[in-house]
Amino acid sequence: MNSANIAARSLKPLRLLLAVSPIAVLLLCIPYLTNPYQTLILAYGLIMAIAALGFNLLLGYTGLLSFGHSAYFGVGAYAVAFMVKYLHVRSMELFVLGGLLATVLLTALFGIICVRYTRIFFSILTMALSQVLWSLAYKFFWVTGGTDGLRVPTPSLLAGMVDATKLSYGGKVVTYYYYVLFFFFLSVGLMWIIVHSPFGTALQAIRDNETRAAFVGVRVQRFRWLAFLVSGIFTGLAGILWVPLNGLTTPDILVWTFSGRIVFFTVLGGFRSFVGPILGAVVFNYLETYAISATVYWQFVLGAVLVVLVLVMPTGLVGLLSRLAYAVRRAT
Amino acid sequence: MSLLRTEQLQKHFGETRAVDNVNFVVEQGEVLSLIGSNGAGKTTLVNLISGLLSPDSGKIFLQEQDITSTGVYDRIKAGIARSFQIVNLFDQLTALDNVALTIFSRQGKTQRLTALAANDRAVTDEALTVLDAFGLQDRWNIPAIGLAQGERKLLDVAVAYALRPHLLFLDEPTSGVSTRDKGRVMDTITSVVRSGHITAVIIEHDMDVVFTYSDRIVVMHEGAILADGTPADIRANAAVATTLLGTPTAE
Repeated sequence: MNSANIAARSLKPLRLLLAVSPIAVLLLCIPYLTNPYQTLILAYGLIMAIAALGFNLLLGYTGLLSFGHSAYFGVGAYAVAFMVKYLHVRSMELFVLGGLLATVLLTALFGIICVRYTRIFFSILTMALSQVLWSLAYKFFWVTGGTDGLRVPTPSLLAGMVDATKLSYGGKVVTYYYYVLFFFFLSVGLMWIIVHSPFGTALQAIRDNETRAAFVGVRVQRFRWLAFLVSGIFTGLAGILWVPLNGLTTPDILVWTFSGRIVFFTVLGGFRSFVGPILGAVVFNYLETYAISATVYWQFVLGAVLVVLVLVMPTGLVGLLSRLAYAVRRAT
Repeated sequence: MSLLRTEQLQKHFGETRAVDNVNFVVEQGEVLSLIGSNGAGKTTLVNLISGLLSPDSGKIFLQEQDITSTGVYDRIKAGIARSFQIVNLFDQLTALDNVALTIFSRQGKTQRLTALAANDRAVTDEALTVLDAFGLQDRWNIPAIGLAQGERKLLDVAVAYALRPHLLFLDEPTSGVSTRDKGRVMDTITSVVRSGHITAVIIEHDMDVVFTYSDRIVVMHEGAILADGTPADIRANAAVATTLLGTPTAE
């Protein structure tokens, strides 16, 4: 009896890996199936997916709605830009290391302040702190470049083995796409393990019932802080990967509406599932790109999507897809 | 040496003396019932002992160690666990995960970020054994929100039990359970508690349940202890009869 249940319960990562391998292969083939422009758009989408994965550890798994994740995306991006401007670093690997260090420090500090509160108070506090960073980036223009931002030229990849500056535009895009894809796979795998770990279970327990969580010996505030830290690190990594692709960082990525975009992706995809934020980020990225090129009223299009989402698809795209799959299975 | 005792424990909410100079003692190994009318201070007393509330004055000793100012976490580590009057579960998690989390917590494994919780065979096995003891083994894969009220009550106790406490407080384990199922719920709980040699303090309203399952009964009234004795003593106690069990003069 027990052994059968144990077997039924255990996760089989290798089998799961095999099941998702067609998607992985498709992602690997994208540069050969499409043009550099499409590859570039997808690279942006995958970066935003990493940011949303981090964000959803707090929203979907810990029950905390952060409205200030622009801060962690921004600190990653600005840390890279400062490394270029003040330390003349050109290596992407050093960008990742330095950017993550800066993200860890800032997230740890902001986390200590924010996790004392929950619900709307938490959301407002995260937003207020991100606005502090935005105003610093905006006002201290002699350090941060103000609204002009800071330029980040194409870095060298793989410890200087690939000098992207010598590549053609298409070559640059494709090389960088694979670089992003590597971190995307790494992030998805790592986050999947984290949410299925005992730590992940404890976070969900806190989300469902913090009083009871405390009464089974979970140190609620410490765990919220840890979740905040991990969440910020993923979003910071997204900022680090984004800035060389964009070539420039401006205070726009620190402003609270950018945090709102991360919330939007996640709700679009569905925050109750692991895949939701990934799907939401990629789809949103296409939606925005095509809405901007199709109409000057693109913000209206996005607004309409949000209204539909809230009214008829509260479980997001993943919820819709699983309902469709269920209907198809019943019909056949 | 008693397992737990309080000394002049006091907690007031404004004018209300919820717990008023209470000297409450729990002996090792007993199943004790804490009874009294609504507002008598039973739940407040348990909240003070379990660490959900801090007292205005007085002291709490667990095996003669002063635990008055320690936090919830340290009290759990010292072996005090509790269930709740209004079911407190992790609703989106399965029955099994509710119990498994408690076991991970007890074993200090909840800070592991890179192990798969579901693949810890020892923990899964123990969680299934606990569910089995509470008659919930067939429901292991159902989210807590999807269980029937009686099952939720049992799971609430199972979660506390999985901490392997020395002292277990159960706040109205049969409230909201149909009269038909009450006996089964109490049979299950008391047999698990007694076979595990766990000292239990049960807050209960149903007098049939109290007289059937307790070794000792403590009666509270308006924040103070009114009577303390075996079920037979309490049944014979005139003061208890007047205030609690309802006699013609009290009506």
